[in-house]
Amino acid sequence: MTTLREAMVVFRYQMRLLLREPVWIIIGLVQPLLYLALFGPLLGPVAEKQGWTDPWAIFVPGLLIQLGIFGTMFVGFGLIAEIRMGVVERMRVSPASRFALLFGRVLRDTIVLIVQAALLCLVAMGFGLRIPLGGALVTLGIVAALGVSLSSLSYAAGMKLKSEDALAPLLNMISVPVLLLSGIMLPMTLAPRWLQRLSDVNPFKHVVDSARASFQSDFTASSLTAGLVSAALLAVVGLWIAHRTFQRESA
Amino acid sequence: MTTSMIEARGLRRTFKTRTGPVEAVRGVDFHVAAGEIVGFLGPNGAGKSTTQRMLATLLEPTAGDATIAGCDLRKDPVGVRRRIGYVAQGGTTNPSALIDEELLTQAQLFGIARADAAKRTRGLLQDLDLAELGQRRVGSLSGGQRRRLDIALGLIHAPTLVFLDEPSTGLDPHSRANLWDHIRKLRDREGATVFLTTHYLDEADALCDRILIIDHGSIVASGTPDELKRRISGDVVTLALGGSAEMARALLAAQPGVREAQLIERGVRVTVEHGDAQALALMRTLDDAGIPIASLSIARPSLDDVFLTMTGRSLRDADLPAPRSNGGPS
Repeated sequence: MTTLREAMVVFRYQMRLLLREPVWIIIGLVQPLLYLALFGPLLGPVAEKQGWTDPWAIFVPGLLIQLGIFGTMFVGFGLIAEIRMGVVERMRVSPASRFALLFGRVLRDTIVLIVQAALLCLVAMGFGLRIPLGGALVTLGIVAALGVSLSSLSYAAGMKLKSEDALAPLLNMISVPVLLLSGIMLPMTLAPRWLQRLSDVNPFKHVVDSARASFQSDFTASSLTAGLVSAALLAVVGLWIAHRTFQRESA
Repeated sequence: MTTSMIEARGLRRTFKTRTGPVEAVRGVDFHVAAGEIVGFLGPNGAGKSTTQRMLATLLEPTAGDATIAGCDLRKDPVGVRRRIGYVAQGGTTNPSALIDEELLTQAQLFGIARADAAKRTRGLLQDLDLAELGQRRVGSLSGGQRRRLDIALGLIHAPTLVFLDEPSTGLDPHSRANLWDHIRKLRDREGATVFLTTHYLDEADALCDRILIIDHGSIVASGTPDELKRRISGDVVTLALGGSAEMARALLAAQPGVREAQLIERGVRVTVEHGDAQALALMRTLDDAGIPIASLSIARPSLDDVFLTMTGRSLRDADLPAPRSNGGPS
């Protein structure tokens, strides 16, 4: 209970700082919106050839996951800036639980992400996307789990490396293959066999598949289960690793 | 109730670096009693901050242990954190945050309820001459104001023991003097114990009841500023001469109570136990030998002389070359 209360203190602090510069929330949305407007229309002909009834229901879940990855993967930079300011250390000498110092930040990032994702869905509906409410909520849940996972891992990396120069190449090295192997732009079913096998080991691919399934209200699909389990696992493992890192780095 | 605030026993810290392990702190033992202002004096890289960070639970000691405000450092770090305030060297605030916001957040992290936190915040801002600034952004404060905010943050939970790491670095002389007043008030009014690090001799001299001199990770001397000065070097009498300095040096060196007589440009520098009492005798000796004296000055030793005697280097010189990297976060 105390931990939760402390996490809320950190959450409110971080949220107020972010809301003072709300432009960052919008900037995070620019990239997926550009994809929506400038890449989305290319999907029509592909969809026809593949026999998809609603190309947006294939494309938008990918964009949501992309938002989830790019929106939270770089929060470690913010932590490094805070370490440099001395804010992190100041909080570390308080008796507050180390998990609260981490989780308050993760919570802020995740809530911002959910709001961004909801906005993206609304804009996509303007382009012609039709989604059932249930499917949208499940997808937002998946995106949230992804946010928890990646923001935790990014904080862990930031806490460990303590240097932007080290964090940037690490994130680039991870994000590009993860993105390419997750079928965000196009489903991996279009890929040759070897590429499909390779993408099967990428948990993010299952997450994307499950988001697509829930957009089509296909709640029975095995891909939905695999994706939900993947997302939950990613969240738990991410938080656990970050928790361990915060504990260790805080002596 | 214990009267000992810090008991450090064999505290040691080794950092791993690419060029091999670096011993930042090589086993320090000391104690600080309740109500004392004690200073850790030494050049950059001497191990001051590292020791303080170990005591403040921020860095795990490689060896040794400590009792802080009655709590065991290793077994009860949370108990230690509840009782201490720690003000880090390079600042502790976010320029985009509001001053109130920083203080209230920190208070709540210590489990202080909102209303009490607000009251405490107001009181501290008042005490530290920051009243009316609560709604300003941290980034708009002057260097001195920002440093006082750091200190307010360290005091938000009314700790019994306060660690200050290089409290006045980067401040102008006026702000420094002002800060020293605040630090003295901490002890005199709040009854807090203060343990600070500094590489400024004047700061150690002006502020501290007791000084621990640290160099290369070991404590080389400790005592009150006066004790240290008396113990290590006597008073220095400098005589500017009209005649043969070499002959004067030989004469003076033979006088009772003279520890050392050195030739300097156009004169002699003599180290004696009590400069005021012995100056006259020195003058008489030279007068008898017919050596004219142009001028005479007596100087009490400074802490820099103490440092020089203990380490073979001047504290000012010790700071000049790139400080030995201690491999850890500074």
